[in-house]
Amino acid sequence: MKSMHISTTINGDSAEFVCGPDETLLDVLRNRLGLTGAKEGCGTGDCGACSVTLNGRLVCSCLVMGAEAEGAEITTIEGMAEGDQLHPLQKAFIDHAALQCGICTPGILVAAKALLDKNPDPTDTEVRYWLAGNLCRCTGYDKIIRAVQIAAKEMRSA
Amino acid sequence: MALDLHAKRVFKQVGTRPPRPDGVDKVTGRAMFGADATAPGMLFARVLRSPHAHAVIKSIDAADALALKGVKAVVTSDDFGLPEDMFARDVQDNCLARGKALYHGHGVAAVAAISDAVAKQALKLIKVDYKVLPHVTDVDEAMKPGAPVVQEGRSEENVGAGLSQNVTTYCEFGHGDLKAGFAKADKIIERSFKTAATHQGYIEPHACLASVTSDGKADLWCCTQGQFAVRTVCAEIMGMEASQLRVTASEIGGGFGGKTTVFIEPIALALSRKTGRPVKMVMSREEVFKATGPTVSSSMDVKIGMTKDGRITAGEAKLRYQGGAFPTGTVTMGAQSAFAAYDLEAVRTYGWNVMTNRPKEAAYRAPGAPMAIFAVESVVDEFCQELGLDPLDVRLKNAAKKGTKSAYGPTFDEIGLVATLEAATAHPHYKAPLGPNQGRGLSCGFWFNFGGNTCVSLNINTDGTVGITEGNPDIGGSRASISLMAAEELGIAYDKVRTIIADTNSLGYNDITDGSRVTFSVGLATIEAARNAIRIMCARAAKIWGIDEDAVVWEDGAAKPSGPNAGDFEPMTLADIAAVSAETGGPIAGHHEVNADGAGVSFGVHLADVEVDPETGATKVLRYTVFQDAGRAVHPDYVEGQMQGGAVQGIGWALNEEYIYNDEGKLQNAGFLDYRVPVASDLPNIDTVILEIPNPGHPYGVRGVGETPIVPPLAALANAVSRAVGVRMTELPMSPPKLLKALSGKG
Repeated sequence: MKSMHISTTINGDSAEFVCGPDETLLDVLRNRLGLTGAKEGCGTGDCGACSVTLNGRLVCSCLVMGAEAEGAEITTIEGMAEGDQLHPLQKAFIDHAALQCGICTPGILVAAKALLDKNPDPTDTEVRYWLAGNLCRCTGYDKIIRAVQIAAKEMRSA
Repeated sequence: MALDLHAKRVFKQVGTRPPRPDGVDKVTGRAMFGADATAPGMLFARVLRSPHAHAVIKSIDAADALALKGVKAVVTSDDFGLPEDMFARDVQDNCLARGKALYHGHGVAAVAAISDAVAKQALKLIKVDYKVLPHVTDVDEAMKPGAPVVQEGRSEENVGAGLSQNVTTYCEFGHGDLKAGFAKADKIIERSFKTAATHQGYIEPHACLASVTSDGKADLWCCTQGQFAVRTVCAEIMGMEASQLRVTASEIGGGFGGKTTVFIEPIALALSRKTGRPVKMVMSREEVFKATGPTVSSSMDVKIGMTKDGRITAGEAKLRYQGGAFPTGTVTMGAQSAFAAYDLEAVRTYGWNVMTNRPKEAAYRAPGAPMAIFAVESVVDEFCQELGLDPLDVRLKNAAKKGTKSAYGPTFDEIGLVATLEAATAHPHYKAPLGPNQGRGLSCGFWFNFGGNTCVSLNINTDGTVGITEGNPDIGGSRASISLMAAEELGIAYDKVRTIIADTNSLGYNDITDGSRVTFSVGLATIEAARNAIRIMCARAAKIWGIDEDAVVWEDGAAKPSGPNAGDFEPMTLADIAAVSAETGGPIAGHHEVNADGAGVSFGVHLADVEVDPETGATKVLRYTVFQDAGRAVHPDYVEGQMQGGAVQGIGWALNEEYIYNDEGKLQNAGFLDYRVPVASDLPNIDTVILEIPNPGHPYGVRGVGETPIVPPLAALANAVSRAVGVRMTELPMSPPKLLKALSGKG
């Protein structure tokens, strides 16, 4: 299988890589670009630990081929903070103990940001359904939902 | 180490909720988990797994795989020795089958190649000649004489005659005269129960990176709950000395007991030794389901006698647990914990551990307790309904307390069961109105907790900060708790302390992060290490002041002259003493090594409201409250987190999760789509009430909190469903088809 040369934008920076036609975007991010913030929990789109946005749309990067990144804008957890300024969601997750082991955290943060970008004032139920594709086995979700709402409130008043 | 006499002291930092030290790393993607490590020149390894539930491996032909370009090595069980230690041998045989594949997904051979793609391709070229054998996956079937035998000669002597060799161990606990107890009862209920095997379901698959050099040294990076235990078992399997195998625990993406053993690490080490190159292995989710974890499945009979006014006169339980293809000891903990919540005159439990053609069981949060207590608490609830008694009153009437001879032998010291029951009784949740098809259930929960081998080093840095080195992977915020206890004891700010988790060459042996032991044991060792450092700092101050060491006390983070010298000198803070340490005798450190006992048992009570959809049989949890005794909640956020997370795992166990096998003994649902763990939209908030009944065995009164919360949800939900729609579900999970069938049977 012949490798392809792909030009893309990741977290606002231009990026180029070579990948095989069978490599997923998650493989490329983790193994070719060293961006290991997105995690592989299942490889089948069931757990959401690999969540990134592709042209503004929330996707499981394990279900996107690396080649599909050509000309696209991708954002990952590594691009969420601005310099040393954490995003309000990141800060709320730390301050309100919304993580335990932390393996699902990057995916949940990316997904939650995508929600708040669309809907700055969601109900708890809307947050719960939006995050239904992001499995967390440690927290029981309680503190995650609360932290998303705290961040949403802070972002609305900013 | 006893509770401090000054335990009623007002804590300044313990009990607060500062940010965890690893928080920023974990919200920015910087934290390094098992699969995130790389090494120059590393190879990628994959395992070929048995397609059969039970089969003799007649031959393995790897010639074609080895001929594939990019393949560097293939290993089978022949590449390992035969450890004398049976525990290590079982671990090894579970990694790669020796002569016989014992379950669907059992590893047979492994390949290392220059890329993951080549490794996967090579697996298809390995030819294995199997002779398929009859199999058994059900616990009751496996116990019958004439059942297919999973392993010969593993049965202990006290297993009675007339049972299959698959029954490996038998145990019995209890006291009193059962016959007399049942004779005193106004009513006796006998019921049988079954629970399915569930998986720990950590989101991070097992992953490791092994590097063995030609002079016999090795480095191993892996996600584990205990790097020292990994070293012990891998050194035994590899025939290495412990000092030559350095194991570093990565950040761990969940464990819940499932990462207390190894599944791939010896394979990666063997492949690295064979190739002379670093080898990385990462399991797929399918492999995680097929070949790691899960918990036992069970079949149980419970008989309880009760008076009309709700006093239990006798309790008896027979527990049969299958733990997969190797001997396990889990039923012992079930038999010990089944009636732990009750003060009983007559109680007896019997347990049998059984082998089947399923993956080797791994510990899962309070291993053995959830199913046993589900069975007992279901019967207690049935009494309450039949006799018209309040279920919390009945628990209170029979509750174990200080001085109770427990059903498993020891007499309880200070315990918090009555306090949790009283808190539940007083809580608004207990009296809130319910609608149609809604019901409220409750259950007690219990876990022993554990102490164990622990080492802590605490270094006073010359700038007045403190570094703590401990040896237990942090699964749920323990570095924050350890830093808090050190800051409290030393009297310095929390953010002056940094706690790290050492590799196996940097600290003495530490038991695994299990048994809810870390905040208890590592905390205890940290407090003692801090006290050792304080003694040294007081001596240094005494030296500077030219007074007797005994005439110096430590208060509010500073050494102060006391007694006849009180007020003679300005206090010296930790930073003051640290800054001049080079002139007073050199670096200052405290350390403590202990095999801690006095862990202090843990009790909890859960209240659950559910609504059952009579059209679909689906159960929705509407409201949930956890009451638990934490002894002392060091960082309450993470205590609540344990209570919430454990409760939700128990909810999944009660309602959805199960290992499903077909007629050929093949696992049918090895993925998160078909093995359904609870998702955010399934659940309400999980409310928590922390009780603090200090543990007499810890200087601050800490009890472990991690395991108890998975215990009560099974019965709490079954009892809620029973009260909502009038059917008693005796088999878990109460999945919609099962519940619908039960509802239609009700007529």
